[in-house]
Amino acid sequence: MASKNKKTNWEYAPSIESTDHINLKKRYGLFINGKWVTPSSKKYFKTINPNDEKVIAEISHANQNDVNNAVKAARMAYDKVWSKMPAAERGKYIYRIARLMQERAREFAVVESLDAGKPIREARDIDIPLACNHFFYYAGWSDKLDYAFPNRKISPLGVAGQIIPWNFPLLMAAWKIAPALAAGNTVVLKPAETTSLTALKLAEVIEESGLPAGVVNIITGFGDTGAAIVNHPDVNKIAFTGSTGVGKIIQKAISGTDKKATLELGGKSANIIFDDAPLDQAIEGIVNGIFFNQGHVCCAGSRLFVQESIADKVVRKLKHRMQSLVIGNPLDKNTDVGAINSKEQLQIIKKYIKIGIDEGAEMHQSSCDIPKKGFFCAPTIFTNVAQSSVIAQEEIFGPVLTIQTFRTVDEVIQKANNSPYGLAAGVWTDKGSRIFNLTTKLKAGVIWANTYNKFDPSSPFGGYKESGFGREGGMQGLSAYLKLS
Amino acid sequence: MKNQNNFSALPISPTVDKVGVEERVSRFQKRSIKTDAKSHGLRMVLNMIDLTTLEGKDTPGKVRQMCYKAHHLHDSLPGLPTVAAVCVYPSMVGLAKSLVKNSGVKVASVSTAFPSGQAPMDVKISDTKFAVNEGADEIDMVISRGKFLAGEYNFVFDEIAAIKEVCGKARLKVILETGELATLDKVRKASDIAIYAGADFIKTSTGKIQPAATMQVTYTMLMAIKDYFDETGVMIGMKPAGGISNSKLALHNLVMVKELLGDKWLTNEWFRFGASSLANDVLMQILKTETGNYQSSDYFTID
Repeated sequence: MASKNKKTNWEYAPSIESTDHINLKKRYGLFINGKWVTPSSKKYFKTINPNDEKVIAEISHANQNDVNNAVKAARMAYDKVWSKMPAAERGKYIYRIARLMQERAREFAVVESLDAGKPIREARDIDIPLACNHFFYYAGWSDKLDYAFPNRKISPLGVAGQIIPWNFPLLMAAWKIAPALAAGNTVVLKPAETTSLTALKLAEVIEESGLPAGVVNIITGFGDTGAAIVNHPDVNKIAFTGSTGVGKIIQKAISGTDKKATLELGGKSANIIFDDAPLDQAIEGIVNGIFFNQGHVCCAGSRLFVQESIADKVVRKLKHRMQSLVIGNPLDKNTDVGAINSKEQLQIIKKYIKIGIDEGAEMHQSSCDIPKKGFFCAPTIFTNVAQSSVIAQEEIFGPVLTIQTFRTVDEVIQKANNSPYGLAAGVWTDKGSRIFNLTTKLKAGVIWANTYNKFDPSSPFGGYKESGFGREGGMQGLSAYLKLS
Repeated sequence: MKNQNNFSALPISPTVDKVGVEERVSRFQKRSIKTDAKSHGLRMVLNMIDLTTLEGKDTPGKVRQMCYKAHHLHDSLPGLPTVAAVCVYPSMVGLAKSLVKNSGVKVASVSTAFPSGQAPMDVKISDTKFAVNEGADEIDMVISRGKFLAGEYNFVFDEIAAIKEVCGKARLKVILETGELATLDKVRKASDIAIYAGADFIKTSTGKIQPAATMQVTYTMLMAIKDYFDETGVMIGMKPAGGISNSKLALHNLVMVKELLGDKWLTNEWFRFGASSLANDVLMQILKTETGNYQSSDYFTID
């Protein structure tokens, strides 16, 4: 006779994405003028997997000489080829890059997850498709620029120097390269030192696409490499995404030059929950807002404001939800929160957690198993936080949420705006009129209503105040790469 | 403790955002259930099925065959669990009870003028009493959707409370027929009414109306159960019924229950699938995990 099944502890078995199909070199050169070259510094550094701290590959450290070569190649390509090519032809190349990326989406996703520590689910479902979509979107604009800016005389800027961060490596490369090419510029791009691999894989795709040599140059290295790009006299435009600290250095460096710049910097975005919000969905929004990509998101909803009448309920529900987040190997398809990108970043996050505790805020972390190896941080929330707490003011760039309560609409608008940053905000309420009231009063570049962390190539992104200036994405993203007169 | 028969204790139901629910549900569907987790999960699914026949043309012969299958799912593979229950019309309860006794399989009976519920109260009461007297372990009642949609929540509440009273020891499952309620806000409201009026289980559908047990609807009902548990410490069961015909969807439902309510809901005491064709697909998957090959449907019985 059949037996009953009484066992009720049901754990997900490991479901690891295969790495068999990916193709990585042991050592990467620089992609300059359509060729792979060895760095003139002869120096290489190691890129490691933040999950197990193992070396994945060696990356070139470009010096001033390499930057000179890259800028020279970009200038040549601009003067001789790219600026003379019919716009529709430019579009065809960008489309081709998009399609080739799409064909290799799985490989890109695995490499991104390996190198950056992000969950394969996010790399597969968000980073890579969105990166492809940016190329598709801007390819379409290439020959329609006159329609984007009617009655204006438009011309490209020339050579764009682009420096991107480690949180969304391929996606940020796409955000930078696609509009620059569509507008007719040539590019020197430097990925972050901890996450160079997908940019180098993108260089392979670009090589395969037959894009004329020198139109896109991808060089790797540290801050000195980036500084050499910023200070190069023949670069016409700097596009930077990264920390506010570095953004300020860049702004100083280019002052007095005619270089154009867009800076997309830090944030400390407010996520605001009103008592009439769809609570369970708001909890999801809080989780997506702060634990997406381990909190390494410039627009992360890191300051939660909850109306006081529902605060206990929201915190209770949030703690319960945090408990079901799976933390671990980024390549496991069930992982929700992967590895912190680097040891340095993990130390910064830990420092802030300690500050929070010292400030007397009440900490709660999900009681999950944290892998012994690699760089991991449990999802963390702080309650009893004041506007004047350091953890509520400074960008932590990790899975750490501060929770404050508020009583009235005016109070929460004041508190949300009371920050040197102004990148994004979230509003959760059942009342449409309240949403419109807040969207006009919150000083943030992006405001999400009843959702969070939604991106689309057609939607511009950028900040106010110390979160930077200029917009990326959409039609607005084109104007950052054009001279309009 | 439970606030039975006390309409005034009913809380204001929270609003539900459909877009947010769809997003959350898609996360459950992205869980990858492999190897041990899969074979354990599939066995749990089998053990949670209410094998059902609810047709005008049901005969003793049909019920007899289904009841045998209920505890002989696939005898060539030893060690399989039984299903949780067989679900029949009141007229078949006595027969079904005699056929599954000692097997651990329960007998559930639909009642209250299933599936429409469009009958006077005394008919519903006697319908239920009959099934209970015939030996039904569980009663699956339908709510009066017409009254609910007309805003007569008090009526719906009292009706459920009255049926609960005549159930005696039988556990009461309250069918909301979510396909007729149209919005998730309404599903949530009906769930709260059913729970506060005394339901032991809440159930999505009769199986006669489409859409039936979508994951969005089940999610909304599970959140009502969760909120009630947080409030009172009392567990309520959940039964999605209709439309769950394959193993993958069933496993995703279990993922959802696990992550929303926790492992202690993962037994047939607290979670059921109302389905007739699900069992064979699960058996097919279990045999695939055991033997490495998919077998033809000819090798699985269709009682």
